[in-house]
Amino acid sequence: MTGPAQPMVLNMGPQHPSTHGVLRVILELDGETVLKAESVIGYLHTGIEKSCEAKTYSQVITLTDRIDYLAPLSNNLAYCIAVEKLLNLEIPKRAQYIRVLLTELTRIASHLVWLGTHAIDMGAMSVFLYGFREREEILKVFEYVSGQRMMTSYFRIGGLALEPPPDFLDRVRRLMEILPGRIDDYEDLLTENKIWKARMIGVGHLAPADAIALGVSGPLLRASGVDYDIRKMFPYSSYDEFDFKVPVRTEGDCYARYLCRVAEIRESIKIVNQAIQKVPLEGPFRANVPGIIPPSREEMKTSIEGLIYHFKIFTEGFAPPPGEVYSCIESPRGELGVFIASDGSAKPYRVKFRTPSFVNLQSLPTLCVGRLLADVVACIGTTDIVLGEVDR
Amino acid sequence: MDSQEIAKTAVADQLKAWDSRAIAGLSEFRGEVTIVILRDHLVPVLDYMKRELGLGFTFLSDITVVDRFPLEPRFELNYALLSLARKERIRIKVKLHGQEAKIASVTPLFPTANWHERESFDLFGIHFEGHPQLRRIVMPDDWQGYPLRKDYPTEGYR
Repeated sequence: MTGPAQPMVLNMGPQHPSTHGVLRVILELDGETVLKAESVIGYLHTGIEKSCEAKTYSQVITLTDRIDYLAPLSNNLAYCIAVEKLLNLEIPKRAQYIRVLLTELTRIASHLVWLGTHAIDMGAMSVFLYGFREREEILKVFEYVSGQRMMTSYFRIGGLALEPPPDFLDRVRRLMEILPGRIDDYEDLLTENKIWKARMIGVGHLAPADAIALGVSGPLLRASGVDYDIRKMFPYSSYDEFDFKVPVRTEGDCYARYLCRVAEIRESIKIVNQAIQKVPLEGPFRANVPGIIPPSREEMKTSIEGLIYHFKIFTEGFAPPPGEVYSCIESPRGELGVFIASDGSAKPYRVKFRTPSFVNLQSLPTLCVGRLLADVVACIGTTDIVLGEVDR
Repeated sequence: MDSQEIAKTAVADQLKAWDSRAIAGLSEFRGEVTIVILRDHLVPVLDYMKRELGLGFTFLSDITVVDRFPLEPRFELNYALLSLARKERIRIKVKLHGQEAKIASVTPLFPTANWHERESFDLFGIHFEGHPQLRRIVMPDDWQGYPLRKDYPTEGYR
């Protein structure tokens, strides 16, 4: 066949092992060079924000688990902090420290999935299985504390859902003893690996000005040199009492993001170890505000006020003051923000989840246009997207 | 003003000093400042807030729409801005009437607004003039109706 050369339009997804979910990328290729990369999303849209408007504030928590399904406790935390801001609640220190501990364990679990899936996309299959072996231990901790491996809904408005079991801290301590050695093993496999470096160094470069203009956050932004971590800039849930560093690099390519995330795993281990020391062994695990926070089971069964509050909270729900709040946390992927508009009734008027993957995915054309087709897979992996977050 | 004074000056005061007609409303709730501006002032105000040295709101976190049906003005657009230099967040709110749900796109100023505005169009039906490619993003391309509006049922139409 003869004729003028035309670019080829190649459809990638929505079913594709390397798109990390139901993501469709329409690629325009000239040979193997990418001319255009357009993401088509919406295959996992389930109308979470609309469903939130039909539920009471406490019922929304179970919906939040499923937004970023690889870091469910982060979503719980973001939503609970937003509602607590709306209610102007003060959370007991014990609950705050346990929240930090579990959220950092979630960050480690999420980064392990990222590392495993990114490596397997590049062809390094062993790291995937090793990473999931460690993640399995973390999921066992979640199951021990809340009864659920993934969609824990363990954080509630005002603190935690249940009293943690007595030797929960010991289990976490034992896990934290073996984890640093395992992370060293992964680094031995990947960091100085010639193939890994050849596929990651210089690939998917993102300049800091472009990153800020695109609203990118999280390790994607910090690997480009911008030191923006919400845990440090706008501390929440007592993060200002913990001593940790935020890894920032300047190269802005896939390799820098890899180094940032692995360093973040190590920093999270430090935070968890500090949290284990700080958690008081006794004390309330939930704020005590009758009428908003349900009373304990014992109080509900022995006092008439407890029974009445329990009944009213679980049938009608509690009504926060009218107003709007936007509060964000540093999820493993970046800035996870929750905007709540309350009209003074028991159901939220509007809940919007500003999810980092939705915004970070916009940077995909900037990362892979002009590069080869194989780099597209590296770029999708390095943005660390979760389609549940992108589509909601 | 030197940089120390600028850092302490509230954003609203600086906006008023720049253009006294810019602010149509100002409120604070739970430590968050919301500045209401008129629709036609959106692009100039955001441009000023982005490039002015003492402000530097270069990071657009989020564009959220709230539908106040059946009250008018029906739609409230909330632009959540962050200044990395001032370590400060602020919310700019614009109110739109249901019959005139269109506004200038801020994508030329903040490229991140591209998908936020597409989502607002897809779920609320707000038109952003000057947007490079305003089409549906999470709903199928041939969907009728704007699902997140208050007059759209939660279970959808069957």
